[in-house]
Formats: sequence, C-alpha cells, structure tokens
Amino acid sequence: MQTLLAKAGFDARFTSLVLALALIWAALAVGTEGIFLSPRNLYNLSIQTCVTAIMACGMVFIIVARQIDLSVGSQMAFTGMLIAFAQTEWLGAETPFAWLLSIAIGVLAGMLLGAFQGWWVAYRGVPAFVVTLAGYLMFRGAAFLVADGQTLAPLSSTYQRIGGGVQGSIGPGWSWFLGLSACAWVIAQVVYARRSRARYGAVMTPIWADALRALVICAALLGFVAVVCAYPDPASAVDGGAPQGKGIGVPVLILVAIAVALTVMAQRTRFGRHVFAYGGNPEAAMLSGLPTQRVLLMIFMLMGALAAVAAVITTSRLNSGTHSIGQMAELYVIAATVIGGTSLSGGTGTIPGAIVGALLVQSLDNGMVLMDVSSAKRQIFIGLILIAAVWFDGMYTRRQAR
Amino acid sequence: MNCQKISATLLFAVAGFAVSPSAQAKGELVGVSWSNFQEERWKKDEGAIKAALESAGAKYISADAQGSNEKQLADIEALITKGAKALIILAQDASAILPAVNKAKEARIPVVAYDRLIQDSGVLYLTFDNVEVGRMQARAVLAVKPKGNYVFIKGSPTDPNADFLNGGQREVLKAAIDKGDIKIVGEQYTEGWAPEAAQKNMEQILTKNRNKVDAVVASNDGTAGGVVAALRAQNMIGVPVSGQDGDVAALNRVARGEQTVSVWKDARELGKAAATYAAQMAAGTRPADIKGATLWTGGSKKLAIPSVFLKPIPVTRDNLTLVIDAGWAGKAQVCAGVVAAKAPAACK
Repeated sequence: MQTLLAKAGFDARFTSLVLALALIWAALAVGTEGIFLSPRNLYNLSIQTCVTAIMACGMVFIIVARQIDLSVGSQMAFTGMLIAFAQTEWLGAETPFAWLLSIAIGVLAGMLLGAFQGWWVAYRGVPAFVVTLAGYLMFRGAAFLVADGQTLAPLSSTYQRIGGGVQGSIGPGWSWFLGLSACAWVIAQVVYARRSRARYGAVMTPIWADALRALVICAALLGFVAVVCAYPDPASAVDGGAPQGKGIGVPVLILVAIAVALTVMAQRTRFGRHVFAYGGNPEAAMLSGLPTQRVLLMIFMLMGALAAVAAVITTSRLNSGTHSIGQMAELYVIAATVIGGTSLSGGTGTIPGAIVGALLVQSLDNGMVLMDVSSAKRQIFIGLILIAAVWFDGMYTRRQAR
Repeated sequence: MNCQKISATLLFAVAGFAVSPSAQAKGELVGVSWSNFQEERWKKDEGAIKAALESAGAKYISADAQGSNEKQLADIEALITKGAKALIILAQDASAILPAVNKAKEARIPVVAYDRLIQDSGVLYLTFDNVEVGRMQARAVLAVKPKGNYVFIKGSPTDPNADFLNGGQREVLKAAIDKGDIKIVGEQYTEGWAPEAAQKNMEQILTKNRNKVDAVVASNDGTAGGVVAALRAQNMIGVPVSGQDGDVAALNRVARGEQTVSVWKDARELGKAAATYAAQMAAGTRPADIKGATLWTGGSKKLAIPSVFLKPIPVTRDNLTLVIDAGWAGKAQVCAGVVAAKAPAACK
C-alpha cells in the first residue's frame, strides 16, 4: 500500500490524515443523522476552523524550527482588544477606513509581541518554552489592561463582514469563478510538472496517478464551492426574493491566501529554506553561516502577525472585543499542527497538513455539540485523538528510517 | 479609684469598642483575596470595597490568585501574616479554599465569602441571590415568549453559580415545560464563560434545530454576546435573549432590541456591604448576628451557612434609565447606534 502510494507520488502521511478526517466525518454524519454534512453546518465548520487553521500555519514554522509558542491565545486577546479599542475609542467605529487602520495596528502590535519573544529566544538564548510561557501570562494581562476588562462593542459594520456572518461571503458567482480558476491552476501545475520532468529525463510518475491527484483536488475544491453555494443566505430571503447561495466565507479566503503565501514562502524562498534547514540540524545550519538568529526572530514575528489576523476574525465574528478570547487556543493550535504531521523533533511539516489538522480538531468539536456531547467529554476525545496522532507519527517516522 | 472600678471601666470601654465598628476599625487591615480579575466588574467591586473601608477607617490590602487554587492559599496565608484582622475572599473554588479558611479560623480572623460560596459554616456568605438572578432571566424571557423552543446557554461547568442560575431558570419555566408549552431544544455549558465558545455552541444548536429556536436563556452578558452574534448570522435578531452583569455592551444591546434583559447586580453595593460586614466582624460581631443574615442550607454540602443575599435588578428596555441615573454606564455608550424610531425611553 505504502509503496504503491509512494510510486504514485502521494504523500503517505497526508493521505492517511485525509482518510482519518473522512472516517471521522462519516462517524459524525451517522451520529447526527446527517446534519453534520448539511451545507449549512459545513459552511459554519469552514468559518469556525479558520481561526485555529490560520495560527496553525504559523505554528508549522515555529515547530519546524524546533521552537514552541504557548502565547498565541494571549497574543490574540491582546491584539483583538487593541483592534476593538482603536475602533471604538480612538477612531470611531464608523469612520471610513477606521477598520482597515485598526487591523494594521493589530497586525503591527502582533509583530511587535513576536519580535519581543523572538529577541529573547534568538539573541538572549532563553528557551522558547519559557519565553512564550511568560508571554502567555503577560499578554493576557496586557489584554485586560487595554480597556480595564471591559467588553468593547459594537465594531464597524464593514469590519463585521470579515467574520463570515451577515454579508460575510462572496456569493455564488465569485465562488464558482474562484473555484474553477483554482482547478484550472491545479491542472496547469500538473501538466507543467510532467513537462519539465520529461525535459530533464526525471523519473515519471504514472499518468493515472497525476490525473487522479488532479481529479481529487479539483473534486474537493468544487465540492466545497458547491456545498457553500447550496447553503441559502439567511439574509437574502427576507426581501421576498429567492434565497441566494451564501458562497465562500471571507475568513476562508483569508485562510487560503495565507496558506498559499506561506507554502510558497516555505518552499521557494531563502527564508523558508533557512527555517527547514535550521530545524533539521541547528548546528549544521549555524556552522554553514545561516543567519539563524534572524530566522528565529522572524518566525516569532510571523506568528504574532497571524495571531492578530486570527484575532481580527474572532472579534469580527463576535462583533465585540473581549479580553477572554483565545483561551486554550494555544493548545488547539499546537494540537492541529501536530496532528497535521509537523514533527515535534523539528525539520518537517506542511501548511496543508496543519490546515487539515485544524479541520479535524474543529470537526470533532462541531459534530459533538450537534450530538449534545458535553464540553468535558469533547475535551477527552480531542485529547485522545492528539495522542493517537503523535503515536502514529512516531511509528511512521521509525518505519521510514528503517 | 479602686481596682475593681478600673477593670469595670476598661471592660465597658472594650464593649463600647466592639459595638461601634467604625471606631474599632481605625487603621485595621482588611485583606481581600481575589480569585481573578478576568471580568470587567471586579474592578468596580474593588473600588467600592476600598472606598467603604477607607470611610470606616480601615486599610485595604489585597492579592490576586489569577485563577489558581494553590496561589489563593498562599495569598491568604500572606494576608494573615501581614496582619489582616478580617478577610474578604472571592473563592476560586468553594471547597479547595477550606484549608486557607481553617488557617484564618485558627488565627481567629473572620471571613466573608464574597460572591462565591465557601463550604464552611463559620463564614459569612455574601452574594447576590444567584438563583433569583436565574429566575429573573427566565421570567423576562418568558414574558416575551410564553411558548416555544427554548435554549439554555449555561455558564462555566466549574463555577457553582452556573448551576444556581440554571436552577432558578428551570424553576420559573418548569410549569410551562410540564404543560408542553416550552420545549428545551438545546443546552450547553460554556467553558470558562467564553463568548466565542457560547457563539460556537449556539451556531451548532441553531443548525441542529434548523433555526426553530424561539428564545435563549443565556446566563451572563458575555455568553449573551456570543448568542446574539450567532443569531445575527442567521438573521434572527429579535429572538429573546437573557443575560446578567449590566456590561455596557449588553446594555447597548438591550437598547437596540437585540437582548431582552440584563440582570444587574450593582457590584458597588456588594463591595460596600462586604467592607461594612468585614469591619463589623473584625470588631467581634459573629457572622450569624450580622443584620439581615439568615442561615442558608442550599449548598451542595447542605451546611447551615450564615448568609446575606442582596437583590439584583432586571434591566430591560423599559427601565434602562436606572443604570444611567446610577452612573453605572453613560447614556452615550448605552444608546450608541440606536435607531431613533425604535429607541427606548432612556435614549430619547
């Protein structure tokens, strides 16, 4: 099975992750009498996943470089409060472009938090576990101080659309356009890859495997578009008109943009290479003259910026800034990253894996509420899945090494 | 003057000292142990306690346990060591706090259990009546929607108040539930009272019931905020939602017609009462002899605990002026973004 997958050019680890997700979905669909797979719930699931998934993308870089960031939830709370404060107290929520400026402030603040932590880790040699544990406490406290513990609401009406709620999606027309474009791009990539392999006389993967892979990805993309377009927008039927499909939610677009950008960054840029090289063997990386300190500083800054983006989505979803957001987010994010195949011993990890990991964790949470499972039992399940994922990962790595 | 007379005078003086707490409390230290400062209201409590202690001539010292049972034990020991003559404790946990309370007892330091229960019959339990808060929440929602599908968004599973609240809510709705007028179609605890958790739970409950939800009994304003956000995404604004705490954001929702009621517990009243009782107890008054104290046995261990319950006030769009007049929230904040045509009296 494994050799067959390898020959066909499928990544065994990612494939098994997707299969595990499919299994869990099937179980949840049965347990909820199909409600779990209804277009409406899948739309909600796609939105609920984004916050964890966006931060998991950054966590991939952190964990690949053998670091950890326990403060992401607190970073979210602080940047979220800052954004809400900027909108409600400084600029006025409905001032034109105030929302955009507030996001810029939030992302900048997130990068500063990251730079602070990264500096201690990279230039002062304090272990990341300790620095970010301190950050976990400090940023949570700072979040409280922003507005002395008050809840700040309401936020800008334009800003609210970022959360995927009312008018928070792009409608069926644009959704299909984007879905089909993405599909065309996937096919073009496959054709291009085959051509260049042929040109350089490299080993060719069988054509059926390439075709199958393109087919599976396209089916998933268009299936997703079809599902979110099948969910009638609750706001559209009110005016007496025919209900219109909701389409892709704005948070999902943000997630996709970030995922694509970070994948390119990981695979095609010098910075990305440095991160993976450092994670694979820190000493070798240092001895070969890589700017290891700067690389570490930058991954923490990246993580801070992504935590701020996650805060944008959470606060706009809630239409308010509260300093209690992001509690336990660090655990869910690290769990998603690890379930997604990023190895805690450093050096390996992928962005798509982390996103599927986040989807898996959120699916369990989402589906079990539909089944009326209490929050205590939900935590137990997610914990068990985490152990199983890491156990599987260890087994897989050992088998690879043999 | 003979010896006997001197001692009698002394005794008299001491007795006189004991009955007038304001005289007794001169310069006394009163220690306050906070479990955490997470919600916006505790700052208001602290301000009220400080002010009341100062006017009684006592001194305020405090410690924040940041949500940790262990740290709270150490905090209380430190407060005793510093020389506190009375303790006001906002317990992180009703039972885990007991070793610390026993230490205080050994040192003969009276304890006020502030807002959260402490399972010990030697303390004075001072709180707003949480069962009554729950009743008020359910009553306000029931008045708007006497029939239909109801949802309970409960508080944190680790907070005993969450169950007191839900007990009160169920008590009011019981008759209608038994008659079949009201059906409970969803019920979830909210981990850590987090609004985003309440929002996700509400989204799932709406999905499961295909939006056939007529009223939501949410246990505080934070969770109500999450519920309203979930309702807005389904274009269901106007479904009755309850809350409590009188958060400014929630009062604004009440003014806009997005939330039905926010049961208001004036934290300043509670803080003032706690400071007054602590001063009295430092002067030797036994908890059971405090004016207005009754023996309450409603805790899970069924102990008879001397308790004082303050009465909360349900704030709806009809009596919003109350919170504005009390200086709790500004009119501009409460009425922000309210459409003039649908504005409640308070915003005109």
